[in-house]
Amino acid sequence: MGKQLLLEHINTPGIDTLNVYRANGGYAALEKALKMKPEELVEEVKKSGLRGRGGAGFPTGMKWSFLAKPEGVPRHLVCNADESEPGTFKDRFLMQNKPHLLIEGMIVSSFALGAEVSYIYIRGELLYVFHILQRAIDEAYAAGLLGKNILGSGYSLDLHVHCGAGAYICGEETALIESLEGKRGNPRIKPPFPAISGVWNRPTVVNNVETIAAVVPIVNMGGDEYAKIGIGKSTGTKLISACGHINKPGVYEIDLGIPVEEFIYSEQYCGGIKNGKKLKAVVAGGSSVPILPADLILTTAKGEPRLMTYESMADGGFATGTMLGSGGFIVMDETASIVKNLWNFTRFYHHESCGQCSPCREGTGWMEKVLHRVLSGHGKPDDVDLLWDIQSKIDGKTICPLGDAASWPVASAIRHFRSEFEEYIKNPASIKDVKHYYTTNNLQPTA
Amino acid sequence: MPKVTIDGHEIEVPKGTTILQAARMIGQHVAPPAMCYYSKLKTSGGYCRTCIVKVTKGSAQNPNPMPKPVASCRTEVMDGMEVVNFTSPDVLEARKGVVEFLLINHPLDCPVCDQAGECHLQDLGYEHGASKTRYDFERREFEKIDIGDKIQLHMTRCILCYRCVKTADQVTDGRVHGVLNRGDVAEISTYIQNSIDNDFSGNVIDVCPVGALTDKTFRFKSRVWFTKPVDAHRNCTNEKCSGNVRLWYKGEDVLRVTARKDQWGEVEEWICNSCRFDHKKTSDWVIDGPTQVDRHSVIGQNHYELQKLKLDTGKQLKQLQEKK
Repeated sequence: MGKQLLLEHINTPGIDTLNVYRANGGYAALEKALKMKPEELVEEVKKSGLRGRGGAGFPTGMKWSFLAKPEGVPRHLVCNADESEPGTFKDRFLMQNKPHLLIEGMIVSSFALGAEVSYIYIRGELLYVFHILQRAIDEAYAAGLLGKNILGSGYSLDLHVHCGAGAYICGEETALIESLEGKRGNPRIKPPFPAISGVWNRPTVVNNVETIAAVVPIVNMGGDEYAKIGIGKSTGTKLISACGHINKPGVYEIDLGIPVEEFIYSEQYCGGIKNGKKLKAVVAGGSSVPILPADLILTTAKGEPRLMTYESMADGGFATGTMLGSGGFIVMDETASIVKNLWNFTRFYHHESCGQCSPCREGTGWMEKVLHRVLSGHGKPDDVDLLWDIQSKIDGKTICPLGDAASWPVASAIRHFRSEFEEYIKNPASIKDVKHYYTTNNLQPTA
Repeated sequence: MPKVTIDGHEIEVPKGTTILQAARMIGQHVAPPAMCYYSKLKTSGGYCRTCIVKVTKGSAQNPNPMPKPVASCRTEVMDGMEVVNFTSPDVLEARKGVVEFLLINHPLDCPVCDQAGECHLQDLGYEHGASKTRYDFERREFEKIDIGDKIQLHMTRCILCYRCVKTADQVTDGRVHGVLNRGDVAEISTYIQNSIDNDFSGNVIDVCPVGALTDKTFRFKSRVWFTKPVDAHRNCTNEKCSGNVRLWYKGEDVLRVTARKDQWGEVEEWICNSCRFDHKKTSDWVIDGPTQVDRHSVIGQNHYELQKLKLDTGKQLKQLQEKK
């Protein structure tokens, strides 16, 4: 087992309360940080090499240093807790069990950025976590950790939790900002980026829950020490939410850099494939990253073992690689149908498209319908080429990355599993369990 | 002042100019088509993606190309920027994709649509679309809603350009309609069956690029190409109204009144609902003269056919030469 920086004491009873959290070393980073200068904190985060844990992997220190600091204009820190990517459930786990870790991270990060009002934007479906966070925030206010003059340092911070209404698109930072402002959650057209003009047109930093939580151990142990964990530019630990056909699904904290093979098969982590079946494919970082077949996820195209790092995952580009993404690790065994799985993903993106720009609005629905046709046994010989063409016309042509996220799974599934699509089209009898599949999803195959 | 090169044409433009505006300054032969951008409306554009272009050189300082195609209507030019539009096969292919997306759920009911003949989607389809659809599913339909006695809403034809929303925000006294729902079932609607009725609401008809919002008082009266446009004005009592309009005659009758539009199909000056709907007699107006028609529309002139002919002859010549 690697270092447990975020999940430390996660099983301690009452760790969600302030007293137990403090008794286990909580809020030490805050006390330390308040004695430092904000610029020194930003420098520590830069030194740590921490990269955004929401999916894109952008260096956090650099993002922080981009924040515009005009005179007399308030700045804001917004925590993106709108975790809705299928397969990703690490933030929920963290917030639910250690709400004070996030709050401590928010206070330290807000102090580093000079924000005096900060927000946690939480996904609407996680209402119960909203209540957990709100209770923890109330505790922190009562203990003088939030509000005016925190711990006598002269720094004041108000922290609000805002509950979304259940839209995946609000996980995109500018749509999140629109939603936070009380508007329709449509992504904004960039530039300007939030670092210049975000919430209420003020400079804003939007960070993922895990990113903000990771600031706490960074302050505690120092940026240099944190950077020693991991390989190359992938430093520190990462939460991976593993699910699918594995023996031990759950949230694991790994040191970045362990081999994928170790993660899947070792007893410490996933514990191997369920029922002794063979590994077929893995979606390594949440539903939007390209799916990889077993041989390519375990070793790169160059023949090196693939590691759990941003670089190694991306090795080979999209032709033979994927992305570490948000850490939603979906494992499929030999019985899984790639086409069915893809249809499910595409259905999700169709449902979640905001409808603002035409390629995504129209294209996601079209892809879903074609896949539905294939799965219901009425596929046409050209359908695979059609799907490929549709996805290529969405990819990179939209306002926000949702279009890309919808097209990458389609592209990768066709790239690596084309024969499976063709088999379904040529021989509809090979599609098993379709009736069951549709009735459970309240959808009937089209005649 | 930044200099930008679009399809090989260099132009110097004021700072803050977008690529699309710069292309329009060069001329129609390089200007990308735009379905949602409207120069008279602030924050419009960026949604339809028909105006996408490729930036092959970011600027003199940072010569790297931009990784993805950009919406030219929302991207400001930088000094030394190089842009390809009609000269890039990639851009044309991408645009063809966008046109296809806009058309897959469009009802293609042009034969009964009042917008036919002055429809931007029709023009776009002819210029950049394919001749055959690959979409063989049922097209999207919406429940019909009545938005008042002046404006007819056909949601099935809408391409969600947001122009009418921005017009209502920026030109009228109050917006009562907007986009409801999400994704491909998002629709223009009034909240709880409100009617759109205030002094300048008729302008949403003029800004609509398709037949989603049409003039109810002109409904099914005539095809637009059978009417004769004449420029006219009157001293309108509404001070926000310019009073400069275009009358559309059939014989002696004024069938409809619209605002005057420029060569990009954009309204030059806003007009009030009184001018548009209540003054349909010649005696209400001072006639300025016949409208100069630029023959841009599909019905206006068969210039698309000509273009096609030219292309085909070129191809045939080449084939002949190859044979020899």
